[in-house]
Amino acid sequence: MILTPMLHFSMPLLMGSTLNAWSEALAGFNPMGLPLGLVILAAIPLVFIALYSLTYGVYGERKISAFMQDRLGPMEVGKWGILQTIADILKLLQKEDIVPTSADKFLFVVGPGILFVGSFLAFAVLPFSSAFIGANLNVGLFYAIGIVALEVVGILAAGWGSNNKWSLYGAVRSVAQIVSYEIPAAIALLCGAMMAGTLDMQKITMLQSGSFGFAHFYLFHSPIAWLPFLIYFIASLAEVNRAPFDIPEAESELVAGYFTEYSGMKFAVIFLAEYGSMFMVSAIISIVFLGGWNSPLPSIGSFALNEWTSGPVWGVFWLIMKGFFFIFVQMWLRWTLPRLRVDQLMYLCWKVLTPFAFISFVLTAVWEIYVP
Amino acid sequence: MDTTLSNFGNVFAFLALGIVFVAGGYLTARMLRPSRPNPAKNSTYECGEEAVGSAWVKFNIRFYVVALIFIIFDVEVVFLYPWATVFKHLGVFALVEALLFAAILILGLAYAWVKGDLDWVRPTPNIPTMPEMPSGKSASERG
Repeated sequence: MILTPMLHFSMPLLMGSTLNAWSEALAGFNPMGLPLGLVILAAIPLVFIALYSLTYGVYGERKISAFMQDRLGPMEVGKWGILQTIADILKLLQKEDIVPTSADKFLFVVGPGILFVGSFLAFAVLPFSSAFIGANLNVGLFYAIGIVALEVVGILAAGWGSNNKWSLYGAVRSVAQIVSYEIPAAIALLCGAMMAGTLDMQKITMLQSGSFGFAHFYLFHSPIAWLPFLIYFIASLAEVNRAPFDIPEAESELVAGYFTEYSGMKFAVIFLAEYGSMFMVSAIISIVFLGGWNSPLPSIGSFALNEWTSGPVWGVFWLIMKGFFFIFVQMWLRWTLPRLRVDQLMYLCWKVLTPFAFISFVLTAVWEIYVP
Repeated sequence: MDTTLSNFGNVFAFLALGIVFVAGGYLTARMLRPSRPNPAKNSTYECGEEAVGSAWVKFNIRFYVVALIFIIFDVEVVFLYPWATVFKHLGVFALVEALLFAAILILGLAYAWVKGDLDWVRPTPNIPTMPEMPSGKSASERG
């Protein structure tokens, strides 16, 4: 009884190159009627978020920030401070969890949870490699755009529930910013969907593979593809509240924005959600415009670099590296660009990015119809 | 019998695991952390001052306008997504239709633009000026 699903589980592993093989095998792994495989399938991205947030997210950001400001950054815990994040987590776990008396207890507790779940659910449709995707939805891209809206609910719940003026203003600003920038972001991704002709994330990635590596990426698909790419990148910065769009948490005027009142584990959950979202938008831009898990290296004659660096395991490497590259750019911009004012923010979104997004939409449509 | 779930079942597994993770985190922290509340600690943070009134107040109506404009555009963009997957097969006719649809959308944007709904109210600096002095420089000249 238990052996049969085990066989079913191991077979596709051997022929690992089959599309979605590992994830489908995991999803079908039900020992004794329990959907254990499904849990493992969901646990892999969860562990990834946790590990990446703790290492590259927190430690990496602090070290990169320090490097850009000619400082050393964390140096105390472990060699070069590499154990700093573990110390932080232990500290956060022991911290007293303060719930203000005047706060709305339910919203205050639920807010960070919604925020995290919203960010984590988007990971379900990210194709990490040619054989691993959490849920191979045929409307994957659409789902990814839609599920981000859950975070807005979480932010509003956290900000309103805190009953704190800083939190309320941070939350309201954040929501206004996220929903505004969702328009240019959605239209820019629409251009990607038009180039691919599908919303299936795995298929979008597949369509960008080829032996010339990066030349097959949608960024180089048409002479105007860089425009939606750029628009989405700028809009995604605003959607994850990163500088220069960090007025929701503007520490010099709003203390910490919507998480002013949070401490302990709830604060840690918000942190995980924020770094999760950063990777999520970076992965989406990599998948739609930069070939996702495809190797960017071209094959030159018999020197088949592309074939050598392709495969399910290499796929994970490439997607994560591309995601990390964009996160690095996000951290870099934080120390490069000053924060925008709220009227500049709205100006940029509605009067610059949205019209340009429409232009790129029309040009992409015409290009796709007339230039095959 | 097929025991595997559909792809949305996998999404449900993600949802369940996400909730379990957050709840587990809260629970672990609850077991480890101290809990010694006192009225001062549990008061609302307002930079050390005593909080004045509730934060559940009326705020800038602009946020509401932004939300309304967002709803209009988002719904219309949502309609374009199914079209994007098939428009290559449908040809020029569908292209013209979608461009008309987008034109209505852009018209809406132009309307909101002209009406000034996209502008954020800027604070108009109200600098008090001194009345003209009988002798010497005026207040504005002195800066």
